Amino acid sequence: MLPEFVAPAVNGTDRTFSLYVHVPFCVSRCGYCDFNTYISPDLGPGASHESYADTAIKELEFAAEALEQSGVDPKPLHSVFYGGGTPTLLAAHDLNRILQRARELFGIAPGAEITTEANPDSLSFEAVGLLAEGGFNRISMGMQSSVSHVLQVLERTHNPDNVSAAAQWIRDASLDLSLDLIFGTPGESVADWHRSLDAVLEVRPDHVSAYGLIVEAGTKLAAQIRRGVYPNTDPDDQADKYLATEERLAAAGYRWYEISNWAYDPHHQGIHRSQHNLAYWRDQDWWGIGPGAHSHMAGVRWWNAKHPAAYASRVLDNISPAIGREVPDDEARLLEKIMLGVRLSEGLEVSVLRSQPEPDAQIALAETRRLADQGLIEPAALEDGRIVPTLKGRLLDDAITRQLAGF
Amino acid sequence: MSPVASNPPQPGSTDPSVIRNFCIVAHIDHGKSTLADRMLQNTNVVASRDMQNQFLDSMDIERERGITIKSQAVRMPWQVDGQDYILNMIDTPGHVDFAYEVSRSLAACEGAILLVDAAQGIEAQTLANLYMAMEHDLEIIPVLNKIDLPAADPERYALEISNLIGVDPDDVLKVSGKTGEGVEALLDRVVSVVPAPSGTVDAPARAMIFDSIYDTYRGVITYVRMVDGKLSPREGIRMMATGAEYELQETGVYSPDAIPGKGLGVGEVGYLITGVKDVSESKVGDTVTTKNHPAEEAIGGYSEPQPMVFSGLYPIDGSDYPALREALEKLQLNDAALSYEPETSVALGFGFRVGFLGLLHLEIVRERLEREYNLDLISTAPNVIYNVTTEDGTVVRVTNPSEFPEGKIMEVEEPMAMATIIVPSEFIGAVMELSQSKRGQLDGMDYLSEERVEIRYWIPLAEIVFDYFDLLKSRTKGYASLNWQRDGSQVADLVKVDILLQGDTVDAFSAITHRDHAYSYGVKMTSKLKELIPRQQFEVPIQAAIGSRIIARENIRAIRKDVLSKCYGGDISRKRKLLEKQKEGKKRMKMVGTVEVPQEAFIAALSTDTDSK
Ligand SMILES: Nc1nc2c(ncn2[C@@H]2O[C@H](COP(=O)(O)OP(=O)(O)O)[C@@H](O)[C@H]2O)c(=O)[nH]1
Ligand SMILES: C[S@@+](CC[C@H](N)C(=O)[O-])C[C@H]1O[C@@H](n2cnc3c(N)ncnc32)[C@H](O)[C@@H]1O
Ligand code: SF4
Ligand SMILES: [Mg+2]
Repeated sequence: MLPEFVAPAVNGTDRTFSLYVHVPFCVSRCGYCDFNTYISPDLGPGASHESYADTAIKELEFAAEALEQSGVDPKPLHSVFYGGGTPTLLAAHDLNRILQRARELFGIAPGAEITTEANPDSLSFEAVGLLAEGGFNRISMGMQSSVSHVLQVLERTHNPDNVSAAAQWIRDASLDLSLDLIFGTPGESVADWHRSLDAVLEVRPDHVSAYGLIVEAGTKLAAQIRRGVYPNTDPDDQADKYLATEERLAAAGYRWYEISNWAYDPHHQGIHRSQHNLAYWRDQDWWGIGPGAHSHMAGVRWWNAKHPAAYASRVLDNISPAIGREVPDDEARLLEKIMLGVRLSEGLEVSVLRSQPEPDAQIALAETRRLADQGLIEPAALEDGRIVPTLKGRLLDDAITRQLAGF
Repeated sequence: MSPVASNPPQPGSTDPSVIRNFCIVAHIDHGKSTLADRMLQNTNVVASRDMQNQFLDSMDIERERGITIKSQAVRMPWQVDGQDYILNMIDTPGHVDFAYEVSRSLAACEGAILLVDAAQGIEAQTLANLYMAMEHDLEIIPVLNKIDLPAADPERYALEISNLIGVDPDDVLKVSGKTGEGVEALLDRVVSVVPAPSGTVDAPARAMIFDSIYDTYRGVITYVRMVDGKLSPREGIRMMATGAEYELQETGVYSPDAIPGKGLGVGEVGYLITGVKDVSESKVGDTVTTKNHPAEEAIGGYSEPQPMVFSGLYPIDGSDYPALREALEKLQLNDAALSYEPETSVALGFGFRVGFLGLLHLEIVRERLEREYNLDLISTAPNVIYNVTTEDGTVVRVTNPSEFPEGKIMEVEEPMAMATIIVPSEFIGAVMELSQSKRGQLDGMDYLSEERVEIRYWIPLAEIVFDYFDLLKSRTKGYASLNWQRDGSQVADLVKVDILLQGDTVDAFSAITHRDHAYSYGVKMTSKLKELIPRQQFEVPIQAAIGSRIIARENIRAIRKDVLSKCYGGDISRKRKLLEKQKEGKKRMKMVGTVEVPQEAFIAALSTDTDSK
């Protein structure tokens, strides 16, 4: 059950409510990946490719009941996002069934963005068609790179040529397309990265996410770098590639709206931005379904059992799969709001900084002016009461957060 | 026949003619503690079943490092030909840093067992202590230990010893502390060759302090060797060097536990408890006499402990400063050689400049502060004392590079040491090359045997204190042993090298070096710091300078990317926690001007890692 203060903080406000569905399966594990995903198709009762949809549906029903019992009024879903893992390893029919049940339980707001992640080679023409029929209107495809030696280091199994074929199917089904990219992989030259950008612009997706490769502890890639199989990532190289990305994408009509995200929006209408991702950055509410999924409602965060078998057994036994919860204190909440807000082109409201007790508010306000002087945030936006990182500031965004948070 | 004394003489009324005071001179690991354990067992002072290994090494650090820092004394009864004797074994510190304490322990004895590992031969520090024992006219009993070892070569090393001290090789005793072989014969030999103490029974009391130890429960326990007269409980006593007076609360001997008694008489070795609260009031080498019948003259040889090496000690967490002060105060209760005064560093904040007898002393103190007092410390590079004469003729005593005068310098005088190195002869070249590169001057060379040679260098103390010993070890595959003694001073072309971050001097990194080494110091420090200091939002020049002249430089380029982004799904907590961790990390940053320097950078840059070039 949610703490008592949640319902009044949510009901009758303009907080939006979204749904995340985690699908914890992949065909193989990419060397850099530390997501909660498994290559075995059957991890136990309620946790196999075949049975997972039913487990997820059961958690959805549990979620609806829990919200009702907590006094939270039903709100239609503002966005739905299936992430992974590789959601498209499940049958399209199963993905649709989960969505249908969510629609029945919560309703879906008109124009809501409904996305599934997909790997290029886990898609088929038929599947795309079925997903479109089921109500999905957007597919986010993990392309990462178009250069085969880079894909090899990343241990991606897909053939780069599959991307354009899959993109075509998605187009044909009138779905929006987003491509995920990774830059700064060991061995990737700047020219390689430009080739990937060329390939992206050829496909001309509606949306692009481009992430600098993070070498996560415990991954195979981390071990390879430690053993000297590959050189470590180079922050300067990633900075160069980020700047190249901005330049190429902007010239082609893409607009950044979050540090790693660009929307195809040649006429600056604010279109094609991912509503689901924005809900995270804007600190809205969402329920996360599935093993390891995180949820948030009005300042309360909780998360599910991480292993699919542990998760499924709880759900099947009618026990909440949530195993951890935190209610960040004011200081932590402020840090969250700062760190989320300063990533966005719409920026962080200066009023958020003003809301803290003195002398912290004054100190933070002085920092905003310093940041503008340092060229890290837009002076004009600051005049308007918003903190928006400049291009240089986007690359130093964590430093902006630290400075504003006073450390 | 049982050689164990059945009804041994009691403290305070022991006839000096049956007393034998001796110590054991040995190199670390040659088996002194083991042999001492065996003697305690053979004399029934410690029953076998109570035997805890290394009975005499009481401090953890001593046990771990296998060195004796503090000496102690045990009284052991022993019978030879039906006559009861009292053997007082005085444990001497084994390290050069404590040469003065060694000399006082030796002065308390009439004989010394020279204990040498029969598989290793004599080492430099043993040689130094042996010479010291001979200067004190002690009767030397040469003993080869560990004869049970397959690698033992007693014949060869007996010859080496006989060359050194001029005894017949056949007179070198052969024992095994491990099996006990030869230990009884050794005890008998102590009785037969070590002279009984001479002293005047009815003269005014004189006792020499050879050690004093702080005990939490009892206050200071003073170890003395009675020279003349008698000291009894409840008597008024006077410390002759300091003039301080106390009432004697208790006298006694250790055997091995403290046994209070009626007093201590001529030639006896035991302890005094006076209510003294810290060891600096009961100084090693001082003479204890009585208030009512004071002796006219003190026993010679007393001197104040002279710190030779200085280092700044700073708490990593500035709020630990009071705790560090308290800990130093407590350590000083037990360590009269420890001196300190408050110091501030721009880079490191509040700390202390601490004077030590040598590097081992420094390490021990540092380790005790960290271990027993739970402090995290940064220590600056150790340095020696320089006398700097400025142009107007003023002489400045410099114990800290930051005290090095600005402006024109007439001359700089540095302390020198005589280093004695013993190595297998194949390493003569390596030792000479190293010593010369460290500005040493060859003083002499003697062959101990065909394979082993003693080399003496007159060498700046600063070089020894810096990394000479580590380099010596690595260039001689660990075979070299080193001993050194302060020995005069010399004028040298020394300069202060400053390290600047963004134009600001980082005082903690300043060093006084020979002009010829200044450049390499500068290059080493600047490149080290470049690796250790994280990139900042602006470019940070790192420079090494002598006065205003830049001798080396590096640049830390401005950081261009400081953002992590990845699609974490809704796991906002994870990203927040990463930031919170950075916040914690910030607390371990020191600001030098506008540059954030992690504590680790200071520690790593200041650690003298001898990458044995
Ligand atoms: N084989 C053998 N080992 C010994 C003998 N005496 C000491 N040792 C070992 O040598 C090492 C150093 O001995 P220790 O008494 O601590 O030496 P100290 O540093 O001189 O006090 C220890 O590992 C002992 O067990 C001996 O007579 N024979
Ligand atoms: C949930 S993940 C994976 C979705 C899908 N399974 C795939 O790999 O295409 C979403 C995106 O995060 C990015 N990503 C994953 N691991 C990353 C890492 N270690 N560093 C940077 N980006 C990463 C990739 O671009 C990936 O497409
Ligand atoms: S496909 Fe995506 S989720 Fe699966 S292992 Fe690769 S990166 Fe991770
Ligand atoms: Mg020992």
